[in-house]
Amino acid sequence: MTFSWMAWTLPTALFFITIFALIAAMGVWEYLSPGGGPRVGILRFETTRGDRLFVSLLGSAFIHLAWLGLGGPSLWWALALSVVYAIGVFRFV
Amino acid sequence: MDKTWNNKAWFLVLPVLVLVAFSAVIPLMTVVNYSVQDTFGNNEFFWAGTDWFTEILTSPRFWDALWRNLIFSAVILAIEVPLGILIALNMPKHGVGVPVCLVLMALPLLIPWNVVGTIWQVFGRVDIGLLGYILNGLGFAYNYTQNPAHAWATVIVMDVWHWTSLVVLLCYAGLVSIPDAYYQAARIDGASRWSVFRFIQLPKMKRVLLIAVLLRFMDSFMIYTEPFVVTGGGPGNSTTFLSIDLVKMAVGQFDLGPAAAMSIIYFLIILLLSWVFYTVMTQSDAEQG
Repeated sequence: MTFSWMAWTLPTALFFITIFALIAAMGVWEYLSPGGGPRVGILRFETTRGDRLFVSLLGSAFIHLAWLGLGGPSLWWALALSVVYAIGVFRFV
Repeated sequence: MDKTWNNKAWFLVLPVLVLVAFSAVIPLMTVVNYSVQDTFGNNEFFWAGTDWFTEILTSPRFWDALWRNLIFSAVILAIEVPLGILIALNMPKHGVGVPVCLVLMALPLLIPWNVVGTIWQVFGRVDIGLLGYILNGLGFAYNYTQNPAHAWATVIVMDVWHWTSLVVLLCYAGLVSIPDAYYQAARIDGASRWSVFRFIQLPKMKRVLLIAVLLRFMDSFMIYTEPFVVTGGGPGNSTTFLSIDLVKMAVGQFDLGPAAAMSIIYFLIILLLSWVFYTVMTQSDAEQG
């Protein structure tokens, strides 16, 4: 069975491996510390670790799109900004 | 009572996970792969990086379609939600009128999208359509194939005709669940009709209204079939919404790379809006206890 029809590339494979690794890591985190770590942050409603990961990934996607639309094709600064944003989300949301 | 933890239950979720993987995750991964490459067929691909995303994000065509879609969704929500509430408030709560009204309300929802489009495409025609013929007979030069304002009006009225029933049925379900004791208490207090609506009926309808707004927004934001059948996205591009533009790009022009990039941007917008609605709804539930 070949997956050539999916038109894989190394960068997209690395991208999805990272996403799946993050989800797996969240699973391990949940196994070690069950309950999802719910808390009320600056958004004034309760979020769990899964919510915070989702907000981080979604926000990062829009940061990258905004960078492409307004900045330039190099996405390293957008990636750095996304990491800072994700840390902020996990710390304050 | 303590919960019983049994990890074997995860196996019950496995069929759904496999189904979602094959129907959603794998196609989405393929679209991501296409969005960074160019192809001319024969399963041959050339690396394009983020070029297609830049092209879409700097394209007036994409932003125009997005604005048209947002305006369309805002207009139909502004019409369908108040109209749906008004109709639901005036529907009978007892007697033979209840099943009659419910069946009448459900009828438009049972008609397939392409059939609705065909009905209105014929209905609005100047030569043989009842609506177009009468309007022109009255001296109003209505022609949805040539006038963008008329095309918009036709598409909006068609959507209102098709989907207001959904809002009505949801609101009606919320209204009939209100116990009579609430209305008796309001009568004893001498509450006005407006006060009964504002302080009893509207709060009790809040949850179903949020569901109605969510469903109608998401559906209108992804609308394709009805405007495509009626106007084909025209005249010009005046009723070309995001999904119509996407299909034109992917199927009409065979620009699979830009279409894949546009699909991902479209998907992210829908994901963001769904999350906002979901959060608002769940927070509303939490506040109601």
